[in-house]
Amino acid sequence: MTDVSTAAIGDKIRCDACPVMCYIKPGAAGACDRYANHDGELVRVDPHIVLERTVSHGGRLVPFQAGGDWDGKLVHEPSVFVTAIGAGTTYPDYKPAPFIVSSEIDGVDMVTVVTEGIFSYCGVKVKIDTDRYLGPETATVRAQGEAIGHVTTSEYGSQMLSLGGVHHLTGGSKKEGRVTCDALMDLSNCKPVELTIDGGATVVVQAGYPPIVNGVPEERMRVGCGSATIGMFAKQWQGKVDEVVVVDDHITGVLSEHQAGKLLDIPDTGIKMKGRRSTPGRYFQVAEPGTGWGGTKISDPLSVLGPFDPKEARPGLTMLMVSTTGEHAAYYELDEALRPVEKPMPLDLKLSVERIQENCEPAMCTVLFMGGAGGSLRAGVTDNPVRLTRSVKDALTRVTSGGAPVYVWPGGGITFMVDVTQMPAGAFGYVPTPALVAPIEFTLKLSDYAALGGHMDHVRPLASLSDNTETRPMPYIPGRRA
Amino acid sequence: MKRVPQIALLPDGKRLHLQDGPIDLVIEAKGSDADVRAAYEAAAGRFTGLLDELCTELAGLRQPADPAHCQLKGVVARRMHAAVAPFAADHFITPMAAVAGSVAEEILGAMLGAARLEHAYVNNGGDIALYLADGEQLTVGLMDRPDRHGLLRAMTIDADDPVRGVATSGRHGRSFSLGIADAVTVLARTASQADAAATIIANAVDLPGHPAVIRCPANELQLDSDLGARLVTRDLGALRENEIEQALRAGAGQAQQLFAAGLIEGATLRLLGETVAVGTTGTETRALPALHRNAIQDTVHV
Repeated sequence: MTDVSTAAIGDKIRCDACPVMCYIKPGAAGACDRYANHDGELVRVDPHIVLERTVSHGGRLVPFQAGGDWDGKLVHEPSVFVTAIGAGTTYPDYKPAPFIVSSEIDGVDMVTVVTEGIFSYCGVKVKIDTDRYLGPETATVRAQGEAIGHVTTSEYGSQMLSLGGVHHLTGGSKKEGRVTCDALMDLSNCKPVELTIDGGATVVVQAGYPPIVNGVPEERMRVGCGSATIGMFAKQWQGKVDEVVVVDDHITGVLSEHQAGKLLDIPDTGIKMKGRRSTPGRYFQVAEPGTGWGGTKISDPLSVLGPFDPKEARPGLTMLMVSTTGEHAAYYELDEALRPVEKPMPLDLKLSVERIQENCEPAMCTVLFMGGAGGSLRAGVTDNPVRLTRSVKDALTRVTSGGAPVYVWPGGGITFMVDVTQMPAGAFGYVPTPALVAPIEFTLKLSDYAALGGHMDHVRPLASLSDNTETRPMPYIPGRRA
Repeated sequence: MKRVPQIALLPDGKRLHLQDGPIDLVIEAKGSDADVRAAYEAAAGRFTGLLDELCTELAGLRQPADPAHCQLKGVVARRMHAAVAPFAADHFITPMAAVAGSVAEEILGAMLGAARLEHAYVNNGGDIALYLADGEQLTVGLMDRPDRHGLLRAMTIDADDPVRGVATSGRHGRSFSLGIADAVTVLARTASQADAAATIIANAVDLPGHPAVIRCPANELQLDSDLGARLVTRDLGALRENEIEQALRAGAGQAQQLFAAGLIEGATLRLLGETVAVGTTGTETRALPALHRNAIQDTVHV
């Protein structure tokens, strides 16, 4: 064990980390540039501090650790990553970023340029796992009555909203900008926000939680479309029930007509579906979209059926109707007049409904913050901003937001998306512009940083950050290290 | 227990990184796997304890060198003295001016004693000792100012050249400079000679008494600096074109003398974006695009 200790002589200290035994004045470093006198305390400014991946909770930077012996082998110290949260910013960015921190990772001199970006061109993409109808495409999404975005496409099992962006932030009324900014910030900070959609539903969105549609919390994503559900469960229904209808706003499936039923030789039942037939056993538009069964507006599933064909149907024929999440299900038998009459569901059919539920994933709201760092922010990082962009594109520079991994969109600029649930609490702020303030970090090799025109004279060692800088573990992403 | 230096392969798996106190070496050897391993083991072996060895004579190493006599004992200490002695009659210089190059040479020597290599370098913070077997060549990248985007040039040194040492000195480095040069890169027969000469030439790139040059006693910055109370350059304001030329001319004159005396093979002097070259600066000089990664990776950063 090497005890690096100091003998204080006046305000100077003597470092005994190595036999050079430098006397170091306050604010100065020893001959090695690895140890320095910080207010009378010997601190290690040596760039051997790496990401603290092993700690399970955020801790604090320790200014100095009495070092253990090197084992002469590859060294992997726990490492610390500095995030930009609370770093402040230097808008309009003609000055170097507030913190340009150097550390060493696996022996390579690294630079993390830590800044908080002011994003007036930013927004959030919200994915809401539900088949319930939230509103027509392009319908306006409002918060507190102000337009803050719109409904975009519906993707597998989810409804997408696109919120924010420059037109709502700065292109509308002052109130629209302020409300948009507040909603984006709250969504990004994982707080619940109530959104109303013109001609659609009211939905409470909170990143990482189920959506609440018209006051009802969503539980599950659908297991598949109605047709897919038939395909998945046809064999389990065979011999237990004569007909199955999986009610779905997109594609309602009918077992006896579906290819899966045909392959299992399930006989025709004389069922008549409303809606537009796509291919055998697959129906579009059986009902208006809504928040009822399978994303339709119906509460009575029989309303999607016409009368049974007496040539095929027979009294006593059994039928299961179920939604794509298994949330709604009912069992019927045809009476003498070939009318379906609801009956208690047999146990084995109940189990098949539970199986559908079991195969549905929990419904969730996902909020991706999306912003472009293509503008002046880059000048806080380097005096030749386009080199930073190119360096990111060439994967020499790794971009993170609050320490969280980001997806950088190909093409011009540095437009990135980040899952806000991966970021530390309270990572986002705002300025009255209105615009959001989001953390962004660029990590690259010190030599690459110099080559792209970095503010080398502002690079400071990690240990020089005040020890109230919060640290947090971050997921390791193979291949993404700069 | 004993303090052990840091010994690690860099992430590329090829280069060896040795660090102890203020000494920081990046080493690469080319040869058979067994030879490279033997060379790296020899480097690590020689490196362990080397700093302690030097520090036993630290007080003597920090004294101005006697041009004729050497009282120092250690082989590295004596090499440091030998490298600065030619300058000691006319200049203030201590053996410390050649510490980096001398250590690099010592480690390279240990490697060559243990293995048969095609080529190798030991880069001690920009002061580099080279080995080239017959027909081999190495490319050295020149980055004139690490804090700015600037010209990146590559010099190819082949086995026929007498150059086996490259060193850079200037006001931006870890050691202090009495002059104002951003960088003076010297090619010489050995790393220790290059190191000492780069210090002398960088000190000569100067504008004595100019108000734009901010100076400070060295021992106010580092209490036990071998430069004592001598004024070292801390900052440099704007200079007129003719002033830059004047400072570079002073340095180039010094370099010419050393070249004529056979102490260096060439030098490149850089100040505020202007460059002057003296003697040979490699057999081939080609400009590299600044972010041409592959090309840069293959070169040694000076």
